[in-house]
Amino acid sequence: MEFKDYYKIMGVARDAKEAGIKQAYRRLARKYHPDVSKEKDAEARFKELGEAYEVLKNPEKRAAYDQLGSGHRPGETFRPPPDWDAGFEFSGGAGGGSEGAAYSEFFETLFGRRGRGGAAQGAFDAGRGEDHHAKVLLDLEASLTGGTRSIGLRVPEVDAEGRLIIKERTLNVQIPQGILAGQTIRLAGQGTRLHNGAAGDLYVEVEFQPHRLYRLDGRDLILELPVAPWEAALGATVQTPTPGGPIDLKIPPGSKAGTKLRVKGRGVPAAPPGDLYVVLQIALPAATDAKARAAYQALAAAAPFDPRARLGV
Amino acid sequence: MTPRNYQVLRGTIVECESLLSLEELSRLCAAEAARIIELVEEGILPAAGGAAGEWRFGGSALRRARTALRLQRDLEINLAGVALALDLLEEIGELRRRLHGTNA
Repeated sequence: MEFKDYYKIMGVARDAKEAGIKQAYRRLARKYHPDVSKEKDAEARFKELGEAYEVLKNPEKRAAYDQLGSGHRPGETFRPPPDWDAGFEFSGGAGGGSEGAAYSEFFETLFGRRGRGGAAQGAFDAGRGEDHHAKVLLDLEASLTGGTRSIGLRVPEVDAEGRLIIKERTLNVQIPQGILAGQTIRLAGQGTRLHNGAAGDLYVEVEFQPHRLYRLDGRDLILELPVAPWEAALGATVQTPTPGGPIDLKIPPGSKAGTKLRVKGRGVPAAPPGDLYVVLQIALPAATDAKARAAYQALAAAAPFDPRARLGV
Repeated sequence: MTPRNYQVLRGTIVECESLLSLEELSRLCAAEAARIIELVEEGILPAAGGAAGEWRFGGSALRRARTALRLQRDLEINLAGVALALDLLEEIGELRRRLHGTNA
């Protein structure tokens, strides 16, 4: 088991006053809150922070923790002395941890599950097990074509000795075709199962990884389509990928870079389906050989053109 | 994994099933109905219908409510602050999507 330096985690001195600890918590909580933060390890940092605050804000727990001495280094293997907490009465109380927050083994060894607040939150319906919530990051294809994905979940569970453990659990889930970012899949009966057999549900909130071709905007998709200058200028019919397979897309003559073409109903196949927006990009052929250079020169001579006319120079 | 216990779960999209009642939404948020009513009164959650008992929540209400309750609890911000944070988060999310095509 690793020793955790709660003072270091919160960035406060060992003799910090309660007000200073609270201030540090608020500042760091805003920085690492998983709903707000874009830091890579925000969730882990926020949990660690919540745990540190849980101990340091509580005079009894803090005093007990201080008893352990400052000789330990974070990460070092740690075993508490057998009677380390003698004489301390923990009043428990509501914790500030994130939902489903599991405290570290270090915390649980020192303070047990008594210190864990909000564990029974949500158990309003005594006849049914608790619902579980999770978030998952899927590839966009899962929504575009549907299909089965393996979802790895970490579930806090209570073992036979009443200790909280984290169980890894893999579910194969048929992803409903057309699901949008931010929507939630309900998996009936996959929550906590009570002894009488009545189980809660599992709710999985979906987000998508960036896609190779498409950008996602609600139920619409955006595709940047490179076209040749002559295709844009003269008009052309070009092959364009769509989630349902390639189509022939008509480029109107006189198109410019950034021209947006809407392909109705070819977005995310939700109900109703979204649209596909094709944004034209003009790709230039390289002028590396003599023939191509001559063609560019001929164009320059034939079509006088000032691309900077509107810049006033 | 042996093929014998290979099982594929079929789920439904909560937002597409039906509009949620106040009772269902509070159950899904593991919060008391009074907390949800506060969110509606602050304008954080749009509710269609007249009295609280007839409210129906759709679209992003579930995600919005859960985020609002988390922010309120973890950051100890008041409801007006939560409302502002949610609106700004949504706007940032939208800008990020335009930039990268995802929320990531």
